[in-house]
Amino acid sequence: MAMFESLSEKLQATFKRLRGKGKLTEADVNEAMREVRMALLEADVNFKVVKELIAKIKERAVGQEVLESLTPAQQVIKIVHEEIISLMGGSESKIQLSSKPPTVVMLIGLQGAGKTTQGAKLANMLKKQGKHPLLVACDIYRPAAIKQLEVLGAQIKVPVFSLGQVSPVKIAEESLEFARKNGHDLVILDTAGRLHVNEELMTELSDIREAVNPDEILLVVDAMTGQDAVNVAEAFHNQLGLNGVILSKMDGDTRGGAALSVKAVTGCPIKFAGVGERMDALEVFHPDRVASRILGMGDVLTLIEKAQQTIDEKKARELEEKIRKQEFTLDDYLDQMRQIKKMGSLSSLLEMIPGIGNQLKGVEIDEKDLGRIEAIICSMTPEERTKPVIIKDSRKKRIAKGSGTTVVEVGRFLKQFEQTKKMMKQLSGMPGMPGMGGAGKKSASKKGKKGKKGKKGGQRKNPLAKFPFPF
Amino acid sequence: MAGIFGKLKDKLSKTRQGLVDRIEQVFTGASKIDDDLYEELEEILIQADVGVSTSLELVEMLRETVKERKISDPKDLQEVMKEQITGKLGEKSELRLSDSKPTVYLIVGVNGVGKTTTIGKLAKHLQEGGKKVLLAAGDTFRAAAIEQLEVWGERAGAEVIKQTEGADPAAVVYDAVQAAKSRAVDFLLIDTAGRLHNKVNLMNELAKIKRVVEREIADAPHEVLLVLDATTGQNAIQQVKLFQEVANVSGIVLTKLDGTAKGGVVIGIQGETRVPVKLIGIGEGIDDLKAFEPQEFAEALFV
Repeated sequence: MAMFESLSEKLQATFKRLRGKGKLTEADVNEAMREVRMALLEADVNFKVVKELIAKIKERAVGQEVLESLTPAQQVIKIVHEEIISLMGGSESKIQLSSKPPTVVMLIGLQGAGKTTQGAKLANMLKKQGKHPLLVACDIYRPAAIKQLEVLGAQIKVPVFSLGQVSPVKIAEESLEFARKNGHDLVILDTAGRLHVNEELMTELSDIREAVNPDEILLVVDAMTGQDAVNVAEAFHNQLGLNGVILSKMDGDTRGGAALSVKAVTGCPIKFAGVGERMDALEVFHPDRVASRILGMGDVLTLIEKAQQTIDEKKARELEEKIRKQEFTLDDYLDQMRQIKKMGSLSSLLEMIPGIGNQLKGVEIDEKDLGRIEAIICSMTPEERTKPVIIKDSRKKRIAKGSGTTVVEVGRFLKQFEQTKKMMKQLSGMPGMPGMGGAGKKSASKKGKKGKKGKKGGQRKNPLAKFPFPF
Repeated sequence: MAGIFGKLKDKLSKTRQGLVDRIEQVFTGASKIDDDLYEELEEILIQADVGVSTSLELVEMLRETVKERKISDPKDLQEVMKEQITGKLGEKSELRLSDSKPTVYLIVGVNGVGKTTTIGKLAKHLQEGGKKVLLAAGDTFRAAAIEQLEVWGERAGAEVIKQTEGADPAAVVYDAVQAAKSRAVDFLLIDTAGRLHNKVNLMNELAKIKRVVEREIADAPHEVLLVLDATTGQNAIQQVKLFQEVANVSGIVLTKLDGTAKGGVVIGIQGETRVPVKLIGIGEGIDDLKAFEPQEFAEALFV
């Protein structure tokens, strides 16, 4: 996976000989910029956008003092990161509401970008915020597109307006009438997917715009889009004047360079990101996180946010206390494991950790192994869970039998638990949630490497070997 | 087949920024072969989604050939580049047919690439050729996916085996295979739900679907076709790799080549994975699915 080697690793190598040097010279920076350029292009950032970015980054990097605290590589990464964020602008995930309801939102884009799905998700999100949305089926071309919107509408309990296969302009116009009569303060128009070079269909969009004068025209862009993203965004923007962008399919493993390209050519903010097929899988767009992702640095903030949503603050404090006093028991361990499970699949969580995501590509995390550990703990008596030291051979045999594992597995797990406990003790000095800070991250990443090697070497798969404590 | 590339060229030439024109411009506009020319060429390839490493490789190869053959006229570079790209694209690869009925094709891919549309077009093409086609509605997840396939089935005159939304796709496929056998159809085309290649559970589900087919018909599926959106960037390579691991992809269908995305991704994919491109989608019409011809494709890029 040399292709996805992280930029920081590459830069680290480039700058190796620079240690102790006073300032970054133009020659030093040029070499680094080659790597930066590669990384951005591999992330599908448009070629021209990369060119402009590089020029800016270079200007800032040349002449920088080599600091004691940061390595030159880190310094350059920091500049690159900052420039990407500044290009992407702040997060602005709001729908411009009309002073005269209903507010009209029009979704447009290429075929298969995810307009219908994002439209329903958006309706769902705004409904939760107290709006009364109406979904409007303006895609009269694709087979069953209207039906799709109706099914989704039923799922989220949002009515769908459709007139069948009549002119989309007429549908849009009449939907507004319908909305006013029925007290809908928000109308979301789902239009048909079309190529930006199809003049006839592009004109149709202009006609709809003329007819209903939307408050928001949002372009839905597939996050996996390549260099062509600029052409697409430019064409739609020129034709209609966009207000914003929804980036779909961000739950894939694409670096998402299209985000940068689209923003650069249209100047429009990316307002939301689609992160799954479920109706609640629409998120606020965070430029800083996508900047990290484009650079292959992982998405720590999302991970932390997810953890915060799931992990009960009070419980976390209790836990910290226990760890400090070394009273951390197997029951607590089980509890933690279950909380982690609530956060989503382990592999998707691991992918968000910087440095680990790419190493884990292709390494399968067997979630069943976690189930096995759960079974082991559940097969212990309450006494055994608080005082695992009392577990000797005959108890191990019983536990193995009860959990459908082997004595060796039980033994190995107990040993790892002890090590984890020790490690947690060392970490407990950190502020906030135990293990959630930098140190936990580091160890997880180290273990990730080990896990991969282990697999190559044909060792037994053991999730704990990679991941001593599930966070 | 002659008409295909006429049409393709037609579509390509619609966009003035097409790879064709731009490369031509570089070749004919330059007065001598120098670093600037190579760099410009590299830029064009990258912008056509060929990928950084493949682009660098192609340009490097070009440099060497120029030295070897002592080429000095920029116009001659075109011929060499064409050769190289054709070389990378590999031999033309046709869809595999089974000796005994039915021939089974499993259609897979991420969301929104055009799987169902491809199946509709393929079914129509086969039915028109006098073959009896059965469709399996294996996308039981997405809202109204079954209805979408049914519409295509009607257009093509092919029957659809389906269950309800939310049903186990492997069960639908099992039914479809049985029906295909008992009705002695020539082709069974299996539609599957769009799935992102990094979702382990969904990929496991796909593996299960494939196992059901394998168990019921000895050497089936005869093709596992990965549908790729030509607009996709470098992530396409990941898609091919991961779908290949799970479902042993035997061919690629490259769709949406009628936009401004320039199919450079094909070259990149061939360089990295060796899964041949078998079909291309160049329009929304039911007849806009064509065989992929590497030679002509490369030609069409430079004519």
